Amino acid sequence: MVGPEGTSRLDVAVDQTAGTVVALAASLDAPRGALVLEAGGCLVGPGLVDLHTHLRQPGREEAETVETGARAAALGGYTAVVAMPNTEPPIDTAGVAREVLDLGRGCAAEVAVAGAITVGRAGAALAPMGELAALGVTLFTDDGAGVQDGALMRRALDYAKGLGVTLAQHCEDACLAAGGAMHEGSWSSRLGIPGVPAAAEEVMVARDIALARLTGAPIHFLHLSTAGSVELVRRAKADGLPVTAEAAPHHMLLTHAAVAGYDPVFKVNPPLRTDEDVIAVVAGLCDGTIDAVATDHAPHAPEAKDVPFDQAPPGMLGLQTALPIAWEVLSPALGVERVFALMSAQPAAIARLRVTDPRLAGHSAHGGPVEVGATANLCVFDPTASTTVEPGWLASRSRNTPYAGRTFAGAVRHTVLRGEPVVIDASAQR
Amino acid sequence: MSAPRHLLSVADLGRDGIAEVLRVAEAFAEVERRSVPKVPTLRGKVVATLFFEESTRTRLSFETAAKRLSADVLSLAVASSSVKKGESLRDTVETVEAMGIDAVIIRHSSAGAPHQVARWVERARVVNAGDGWHEHPTQALLDCFTVRQVLAERKGASPEELGIDCFEGLRVLIVGDVRHSRVARSEVLAYRALGAQVTLVAPGSLLPPSLEGWPVEVAADFDDALGDADVVSLLRLQAERGSGSYVPSLREYTAGWGLTARRVSRLREHAIVTHPGPMVRGVEIASDVADLPRTVVTQQVANGVAVRMAILFLLLGGELPGAAGVPAVA
Repeated sequence: MVGPEGTSRLDVAVDQTAGTVVALAASLDAPRGALVLEAGGCLVGPGLVDLHTHLRQPGREEAETVETGARAAALGGYTAVVAMPNTEPPIDTAGVAREVLDLGRGCAAEVAVAGAITVGRAGAALAPMGELAALGVTLFTDDGAGVQDGALMRRALDYAKGLGVTLAQHCEDACLAAGGAMHEGSWSSRLGIPGVPAAAEEVMVARDIALARLTGAPIHFLHLSTAGSVELVRRAKADGLPVTAEAAPHHMLLTHAAVAGYDPVFKVNPPLRTDEDVIAVVAGLCDGTIDAVATDHAPHAPEAKDVPFDQAPPGMLGLQTALPIAWEVLSPALGVERVFALMSAQPAAIARLRVTDPRLAGHSAHGGPVEVGATANLCVFDPTASTTVEPGWLASRSRNTPYAGRTFAGAVRHTVLRGEPVVIDASAQR
Repeated sequence: MSAPRHLLSVADLGRDGIAEVLRVAEAFAEVERRSVPKVPTLRGKVVATLFFEESTRTRLSFETAAKRLSADVLSLAVASSSVKKGESLRDTVETVEAMGIDAVIIRHSSAGAPHQVARWVERARVVNAGDGWHEHPTQALLDCFTVRQVLAERKGASPEELGIDCFEGLRVLIVGDVRHSRVARSEVLAYRALGAQVTLVAPGSLLPPSLEGWPVEVAADFDDALGDADVVSLLRLQAERGSGSYVPSLREYTAGWGLTARRVSRLREHAIVTHPGPMVRGVEIASDVADLPRTVVTQQVANGVAVRMAILFLLLGGELPGAAGVPAVA
């Protein structure tokens, strides 16, 4: 059992009807008829929370649906995901938010939504943030693009502060990034692919830190990918500014060298960067500069990725591989408790999912700790097993994983959602 | 040499491969001088040109090369094809291959498109005829071929006698829009593979963002660099790729990096000027400079056919045992 302070060897009893943990002890006898999930040698932690999931519904159901994305999440050990608002139409009205929330009911993981900051994610006028906040939306972002207009972003921050919600920024200066399809550097120069300089991300991180200072409103930085961004956030935190940040597993593991064969499966935004950037992102996760591992799970149908590199949409699958990658990259330095904190308690806090929101009927508390009386949202991870990424293993409707054929140490064995086993022995039950 | 399966990059060839291409191209250049410049080498083979980007000389050159080898040529005109109806590159390529094509010659505005096509085809050979800013291998090969030809003529020797060592230590200056130039990337690989020294000179905004790993020098001053060069390779300012906005004006570009009559006087007597065409007279090259004997643009175009015949022969005909029409190679 993984707790915030340490790990202990325990049995856990869950009341399936109440959906809560009812007993924790070194050895419990299962009552007659009880369902017993074997977890010998496994780590039992709070269910993971993903701050950054593209579920593609409505609008791109050929790539993913709420149901298939939630199933992939559960198989990855997640009990809650935050659906990004860049759907078609975007989640910029209560109607679309309600549709996605409704689609999420009964799925294998709980689905929260992020709302758009601006109408149509067009960066011109504020979306009805109050109306969305009334539905329990706590995160707002134009993810896929940054809010380019600094004055509009400042206004959004002032408004969000009054609502008690958090703005999340996809940091990318559109002018500096224009036309770019991969990280601008040695590989882009050699491959002849137009690049996106690290500065395209960093100038917006720097601007938004200044705006956080100006407004006092919290800002969450999505998918930090450069050493410069990590350092900017590190200094902002040292200054006591209300900023948080996430990083994606692929930015902890892969570099721009992966693009050498022009396979669009390695195209992602922000792009895969240099070795130095990967090291800085991992260091940021280790020293607390970066608060959360977030997948940026971005499904795309095969035909969308089967095109020339510069024409392909950016994005890669992430939900089913995030924990094995975090385990491999981070656990040697951080230990199991802090890996779970980066993937459960801390993202749950940023998305304000640690407590049940009365406005969100059917939503439960995420992020642990796993204790008697708490909602039984659990992730059971077997560090002695392994995860081999094969197309047929993916629950997503899409296949755009950059890890095809790779094997990672550790595998998600069971996932329990509100007391219900939604994944048993790596097999989805919903 | 064992021919590579595809020609996607000059790097697929290496020094020995380039030497082989030049050797075979000399033999085909001889064919071209015959009264009937045609050999049956690739009779029964079908070569398709898939040009997704405008081109005059490269397409004509490949198609002429294929016809002189007696291959059947299919030419996909993108403007009137199903591509315009929304067919994907992959489906287009698979459709073309299903017709029994032996080689696909592709030009595409996206870097790496030929690499992807090479993954999609089952048996056809793929030739990169220019992909985005990435590479244009046959252009670099014909540039090398032309340079050797000129060096041989001046020595009164045959190119074969000169061999491949004539590039050793040769000083090549590549001038202009390197950032957006597929010719420059292929030339750097080709000239370096053959032992030449390569220097780039360009406005800062038209150099690639990173030259890490490039075996080149960068000259600060065009005028100084000109005096050292044996070969000056001029690149076109790629206005259609927006290169115009990378410099304040064409006038300023010409003033700094155009090969003007005044600059030509700095060149060493034997220095050769190449240009992949199409030239924009008055921008990267002054009109009277373009017409100097040392400017070998016309020879480059003429040699393009022989070099592309060699590429098609090596990719398609290399395995034909004792095929009739394979020219006697010196």
